Amino acid sequence: MALFSPFVSKPDTVSRIMFKVLLALVPGIALYVWYYGPAILVSLTLASLTALGTEALMLKLRNRPIAPFLKDNSALVTGWLLALSIPSLAPWWLIVVGTAFSIAIVKHLYGGLGNNPFSPAMAGFAVLIISFPVQMTQWISPHGLGAVELGFLEQLEYIFLGVLPPNVSLDAITMATPLDTLKTRLHLEEPIKQIFAMPIYGRLAGQGSEMVSLGFVLGGFYLLATRVITWHIPVVFLGTLFAVAGIFHLADPLHYAAPLFHWFSGAALLGAFFILTDPVTSPTTYKGKLIYAAGAGLLTYLIRVFGNFPDGVAFATLLMNLCVPLIVLYTQPRVFGKKGERP
Amino acid sequence: MRTLYQFHGGIHPTGNKTQSTQCPIARMPLPSRLVIPFRQHAGESAKPLVRAGDRVLKGQLIGMPDGFVSSAVHASTSGTIAAIDMQPIAHPSGMPDLCATLIPDGREEWVPHAAVDYLGSDPAELRQYLRLSGVVGLGGAVFPCDLKLRPLRGHPNRSICTLILNGAECEPYITCDDMLMRERAAEIVQGAEMLRFMLEAGEVLIGIEDNKPEAIAAMRQAVTDSGLPFEVIVVPTIYPSGSAKQLIRILTGLEVPSGKLPTDIGVQCFNIATSYSVYRALAHGEPLLSRIVTVTGNVRQAQNLEVLLGTPVQELIALGEALPDTNRYIMGGPMMGMELASTDVPLVKAGNCIIAASDKLFPPAPPALPCIRCTRCAQACPADLQPMDLYWFAQSRDFGKAQAFSLFDCIECGSCSYVCPSHIPLVQYFQFAKSEIRAREQEKKAADHARERHEFREYRFEREKQEKAEKLAAKERAVREAVAASAATSPQPEIQAAIDRAKEQAATVEPKNTDNPTPQQQSEIAGIEAQREHIRELAKSSVEHTKD
Amino acid sequence: MLSALLVMAIIAIVLGAVLGYSAIKFRVEGNPLVEKIDAILPQTQCGQCGYPGCRPYAEAIASGEADINLCPPGGEEGIHKLADLLGMEFKTFGGNTVIKPKAVAFIDENICIGCTLCFQACPVDAIAGAAKQMHTIIAYECTGCELCVAPCPVDCISMVPIEEKITTWKRKYPEQTLVLAQ
Repeated sequence: MALFSPFVSKPDTVSRIMFKVLLALVPGIALYVWYYGPAILVSLTLASLTALGTEALMLKLRNRPIAPFLKDNSALVTGWLLALSIPSLAPWWLIVVGTAFSIAIVKHLYGGLGNNPFSPAMAGFAVLIISFPVQMTQWISPHGLGAVELGFLEQLEYIFLGVLPPNVSLDAITMATPLDTLKTRLHLEEPIKQIFAMPIYGRLAGQGSEMVSLGFVLGGFYLLATRVITWHIPVVFLGTLFAVAGIFHLADPLHYAAPLFHWFSGAALLGAFFILTDPVTSPTTYKGKLIYAAGAGLLTYLIRVFGNFPDGVAFATLLMNLCVPLIVLYTQPRVFGKKGERP
Repeated sequence: MRTLYQFHGGIHPTGNKTQSTQCPIARMPLPSRLVIPFRQHAGESAKPLVRAGDRVLKGQLIGMPDGFVSSAVHASTSGTIAAIDMQPIAHPSGMPDLCATLIPDGREEWVPHAAVDYLGSDPAELRQYLRLSGVVGLGGAVFPCDLKLRPLRGHPNRSICTLILNGAECEPYITCDDMLMRERAAEIVQGAEMLRFMLEAGEVLIGIEDNKPEAIAAMRQAVTDSGLPFEVIVVPTIYPSGSAKQLIRILTGLEVPSGKLPTDIGVQCFNIATSYSVYRALAHGEPLLSRIVTVTGNVRQAQNLEVLLGTPVQELIALGEALPDTNRYIMGGPMMGMELASTDVPLVKAGNCIIAASDKLFPPAPPALPCIRCTRCAQACPADLQPMDLYWFAQSRDFGKAQAFSLFDCIECGSCSYVCPSHIPLVQYFQFAKSEIRAREQEKKAADHARERHEFREYRFEREKQEKAEKLAAKERAVREAVAASAATSPQPEIQAAIDRAKEQAATVEPKNTDNPTPQQQSEIAGIEAQREHIRELAKSSVEHTKD
Repeated sequence: MLSALLVMAIIAIVLGAVLGYSAIKFRVEGNPLVEKIDAILPQTQCGQCGYPGCRPYAEAIASGEADINLCPPGGEEGIHKLADLLGMEFKTFGGNTVIKPKAVAFIDENICIGCTLCFQACPVDAIAGAAKQMHTIIAYECTGCELCVAPCPVDCISMVPIEEKITTWKRKYPEQTLVLAQ
């Protein structure tokens, strides 16, 4: 085989990049375990196994080499992101179905690694929340808030068998998320101050969840420092979310939550650093990244506040994924020595 | 202090330059055989002026420039031409090209040569002189130097303002320019003055990367000693700052417009080694016969050698003493060089470096994965391109799109491939697409030309038909008039006379070349006669056939 | 009900008027399709398609009477281009079409009798010579159509394939060790 120039290269690989993303998720996961118990580790394991299994199966069906693609870690990233977006106490098959859908349909039917137009994890999430809305609300109450706290074995029993310990109801161990609660209560015309006085809201945006989000920020800084992602998407996404929330909050503080609440609740920070920055489904141009992130920020807010779903990150991501080819076409950078005419 | 500008992207590969700068430039001993290709420059091949068996002197012109973009080729030493034939050369196609094989006689006998008084000469004459001296750009493009010294196209009154000497040498491993600047700075500066004179340039900037402090010091000293108002400018080490367009951008802040030449913005750029050979050509009357080559990589002692053009690469390698685990050789640098299919190829004007490579030195890239659009390539591209998009178009053979997304602004520097985490051979895809597009444009041109000729032929037929019809009508008219006018007389005496004359002639004329044909000619004639006979028979039989 | 009908009718009339107007306003003179097809054809004028030249074949394709897979010199790529232009499916060549490498005609000047039949056949005037004089092919004008081969009464014309030279060499599609998107 003839070798071609350049004969030297950076030791970077896709596998290593994806591994860094997984590594960056660890602080958030650790805090998750601290506040919500080890159930999340079960869903991460389930997601990982399903992701790798589905990936291998699809590669086999598509007649592609299996080993190099399994080693690229991209399936694990998809599985983990999905596992972190859905309730950890949900029945075991929920994460399995979601992950399998993400990998088989959203990733491989569109051509596998590098070719999927939609974020696999978010498309999987959308399918789950539309198909299984009840199971998707089984969020464990954060540490110290629930009436009862399950041990690890009891959590396992519930996830796999759907059996709760005697005298414990599902309501005693689960709780609506801060975003969900806000939406319901505002609907009942409760003043926002009163809602935020509830213990679930913690210091900023939610007992437990705000700390997990902080963990994701930590991971995000790691990704920025190691140049896995650029600043464009997180900064502009969070900036837009902050700005829109700020305008509404200033205009009507009784009905619209403060911008910091929007940052630290739901999947905003996970999305800003891990989901929207997925290179495959986000624009390749700098200007494009700015537009994409701004659009996602605006849509996230609109869906959260005016839409039917408690959180908007998943749908905002998917909607902006749709616009990526157009955004990229219209934001081509000026080529060296050219005036900047569009191709 | 001059403000320096930046270009987008660029990379910082490990330099690996110190290995080959430990000892001074050594002169390579005379090889046993020289193979001198007639195409060592961009453009048309030179036309051979010598034949096998001829004795030539060192510096004798053996290949005449042929065509607008072309340059001369000389005998690198005195000796005998053993052959003029197709020989393997260092080319990515692996195809042979026309070369002269020269067996040196060891006497190094020069042709008469003398310095040129360039100050008193006409620039056009100087350009012709450089063309006949075979001076081409030694930075890698080997573009004939005289063409870069032409008066500006479309700007007849505008002279070049800035002459840039390129001493950046940004490719890892290569140090031939570095060593040349350290050791022969004065000559380079003199050459620059000659170039400046021919171009009528205002300022002269010499750009050198900051990883060559000795060369910078030597050049500064030489400029001071010469008393010329040249400026040695230290530029940051970043690949590919040695690319002409990028260096011009760094030093002047100007961008050479896409598809244009530096002269269009009043800048011209020469490699320092070119400047040195211009000096040799004008101050000593010596054509380009040798160049400095870095022999480095997996060798016992990396060094720079002054090598005669046409020296077989394997003799160079033998001198460099490659280590045992060496399994391949690269001509050029690790970023843009090419792997030699065989070391039995001559060193040419473009050959700045030979790297002995092993799998330890340059580990083979892991298998390529699909592009994940991570945009590291776009961040590294010095031409602000979007390599991931271009790759997409090239691999799907969507050449129109590739062109629309500025494929031809790619300088093939390899920065994108260098950073690609999927290890996709991006540059190869771009070279493939460019080559394919060029071939198609050629085909298109040929088709358009053929269409034109075909249409003209149709038009000609139409015209001839018309003319014939007119002539016929005129004749008929004339005949009718003649018949009407004249009474019946004797049957045309003129015609009878013409027939007689023809008969007479036929009797006297004899074929001239039938005396004493050689046996070979006879057999050929017999063969042809046989074929004719055969055809006659065939014709007869086919006639009979149609009768049935 | 009536108003709805009325609205629909008015919209229909307005749109109809716009369409009618633009049909007149943006009317295209001539048949640009023929030009476009002709631009794709290789202009060898060889007649292998069964039409007397490239343009007649282009006209036949445009009018729908000829198929797009009849031009061997254009290669499969030519069919692809025609298919793209006309929005048709790609078709392979018919069973007995042989695709030959590009070639130019060559006259064996020892045998040529100077009959001029070949240059009457040449569609691009690429043969030089006169009656009873030897003929020569102007190689760079020759399109390789082979139309001169058959008329020659002494079989002195042969087709010489064009060999790839270092100047006409094309870079190959990069080979990769891993099978990517096929």
